[in-house]
Amino acid sequence: MIPLSYSFRNLWVRKLTTFLTAGGVALVVFVFAAVLMLAYGLEKTLVDTGSDDNAIVVRKGAQSEIMSMIDRNQANIIKSRPEIAVDAQQRPLAASEIVVLITLFKRGTQNPSLIQTRGVSPESLAMRRQVTLISGRIWQPGSLEVIVGSGVAKRFQGIGLGERIRFAMRDWTVVGIFDAEGSGFESEIWLDSEQLIQAFRRPVFSSLTLRLAGSERFSSLKERLETDPRLTVEVKRERQYYSDQSEMTANFIRILGVAVTLIFSLGAMIGAMITMYAAVANRTVEIGTLRALGFPRRSILFAFLFEALFLSLVGGGAGLLLASFLQAMTISTMNFNTFSELAFRFTLSPAIIIESIVFALSMGLLGGFLPAVWAARRNIIEALRAS
Amino acid sequence: MALLKLVFKNAFRHKLRSALTIAGIAIAILAFGLLRTVIAAWYAGVEASAPNRLIVRNAVSFTFPLPLSYKNGIVAAPGVSGVTYALWFGGIYIDEKHFFPQFAVEPTTWFEIYPEFRFPAEQKRAFLRERNAVVVGRKIAERFGWKLGDTVRLRGTFFPGDWDFTIRGIYTGADKTTDETAFMFHWAYINEQVRKTEPDRAGYIGWYVVRVNDPEQAGVISQTIDQRFQNSLAETKTETEKAFQQGFVSMTGAILTALKVISVVIIGVILAVLSNTMAMTARERLPEYAVLKTLGFGAVHLAVLIAGESLLIALAGGGLGIALIYPAASGFGKAMENFLPIFEVKSITLVAAAFIAVGVGLVAALFPTWRAVHLKIVDGLRRIG
Repeated sequence: MIPLSYSFRNLWVRKLTTFLTAGGVALVVFVFAAVLMLAYGLEKTLVDTGSDDNAIVVRKGAQSEIMSMIDRNQANIIKSRPEIAVDAQQRPLAASEIVVLITLFKRGTQNPSLIQTRGVSPESLAMRRQVTLISGRIWQPGSLEVIVGSGVAKRFQGIGLGERIRFAMRDWTVVGIFDAEGSGFESEIWLDSEQLIQAFRRPVFSSLTLRLAGSERFSSLKERLETDPRLTVEVKRERQYYSDQSEMTANFIRILGVAVTLIFSLGAMIGAMITMYAAVANRTVEIGTLRALGFPRRSILFAFLFEALFLSLVGGGAGLLLASFLQAMTISTMNFNTFSELAFRFTLSPAIIIESIVFALSMGLLGGFLPAVWAARRNIIEALRAS
Repeated sequence: MALLKLVFKNAFRHKLRSALTIAGIAIAILAFGLLRTVIAAWYAGVEASAPNRLIVRNAVSFTFPLPLSYKNGIVAAPGVSGVTYALWFGGIYIDEKHFFPQFAVEPTTWFEIYPEFRFPAEQKRAFLRERNAVVVGRKIAERFGWKLGDTVRLRGTFFPGDWDFTIRGIYTGADKTTDETAFMFHWAYINEQVRKTEPDRAGYIGWYVVRVNDPEQAGVISQTIDQRFQNSLAETKTETEKAFQQGFVSMTGAILTALKVISVVIIGVILAVLSNTMAMTARERLPEYAVLKTLGFGAVHLAVLIAGESLLIALAGGGLGIALIYPAASGFGKAMENFLPIFEVKSITLVAAAFIAVGVGLVAALFPTWRAVHLKIVDGLRRIG
């Protein structure tokens, strides 16, 4: 076995070439990791919105709360199920909520976006444990006041603390800003559902969120509600429901991003191949010498293969490092499923790190394989004679 | 002339290396071309907009309906030559993956105001006669194997239940920017049913499309319409069709920016690959350059030699990549038809790709040229490897 330091030091000697080839690999891995981090960040934000012991009820066939309509009678029937947990006063922990989309403009531009606005009931705040006020206060009952998620408060015009928004022929004052542990709620505006109903004169709810009296009661609840002839609803676990909301957009980002990255990973691979072929060509005499000294073909093959792998590992590591700085950025874009704005971050996960390194090493392996084979198969005499 | 011959021969001295470099550049240019085409496809709606059309929607957001009764008020506004309306149906055909846009429209006026949807007159007559008739675009008819007279069932989401439609027309677009994946049927078909099951929701449409006589008056007419419905339960926002479509594009602005950034990064990859090759090549040829300098060739000649070789390889790779963009784009376009119905390679993309090839060819030659020019002849002749 030729010592690894041979491969390593050969890279060090031809610094410019090593730098350029590793740089090409680094750029490709950067984009690859960035795309995966984007899709994962989107999913994580939405999945974190849900909790394991909540179930959400929407109209049958509705793919998002915007499409769903449940009237008061149906809501009362749903709330009476025994599978729902109760609070200290024996009242069911069931939050009836209305979701609408309103148009707001990003600060400094004329670009409109649709913001999910949620009319909540008193139970909602108790049940959504992630939501905490970071400044201001909650609205006073009966007043035209709203609180705004931190994901959108900074980005959009007119929704800073104390500012007023106008919709449904009323002016609403922003009295508080809330955090929701990076979940989808941070991209929403919340207010009293009764005020929303009055403003839009739509006495129907979009969804009911129910706290289960035990996570295992879910299947019985689902079966009972979905087969009740008075209702046309579907029941999902909250986490599942929100994860489904991320599906279209996350898949789109992944498919597009990975397809493009794969294409130009071929470019980086070819770059590695060129470098390795040149490395072999320039060290023909050395290879002949090594063979003459008794090193078998296999060792030559592995030595050059390791050189290629080192190269791509360095490039991959650099690309990943660059990509990790993206985590400081918050992205805000429209989620295709709900048609509304969602703020999320690039998120790195151990899986993404491993996938990126494997991707980098594959580029090195595939790029370096043929040149390494060529090196191993050189005839000793011819190699020694080369100049 | 001898210099050019030298450039040519030099470029293909190392056939494998040159071939690999050309391949690498070609692939990267291909990726660049595809990415720019995806970015251009994003703006397809904006490009298809006509300057003499305005969109009137609910001021709160596009997802709130407008009353049908507004139609008379809009028609009466000065400068308006026609009004039609539509409602987004959002139904499911088989499953969510088989997505295409579905609109419940005012059957007579819709196709007058959108003349770009072209289909024969007898199909139009058949469409107008039946309440549950539908006109579908050529692309989705091909995708799902639909023919005239077929029944299509959609599962409603905003309007629950199963809805059956009969295909009475298949349209083609007037030009390349027209969406050929739309599914358009009678609004009255939906409204009839809604009146029976959910009477509060009856009599509402999604948005109005207004044709104006003079596009210059668009701003004034928009304001007139909005003022008419101010302080009512459904306040309106009127804007040009282009501004409306632009609004949608800006909603996904972050993704678009990311794609644009990636397309720039690709250029970096191309540059890295070519610079690497040129650096290696130049280093190997230092003794030769020393000989040339001894013979009296100056910096300019060396620059032409090196830059010429670099450009030749870059242009060969660029040319190959550009040639591959068209077939790759049609394949890609088919795969993404759901998301991006219009997928056309624009000539500006090809021009940009050519510029990049030339630019990269020149930049990659910079360092090797500098090195060759500043080489001391003695050092060059001394080098062994």
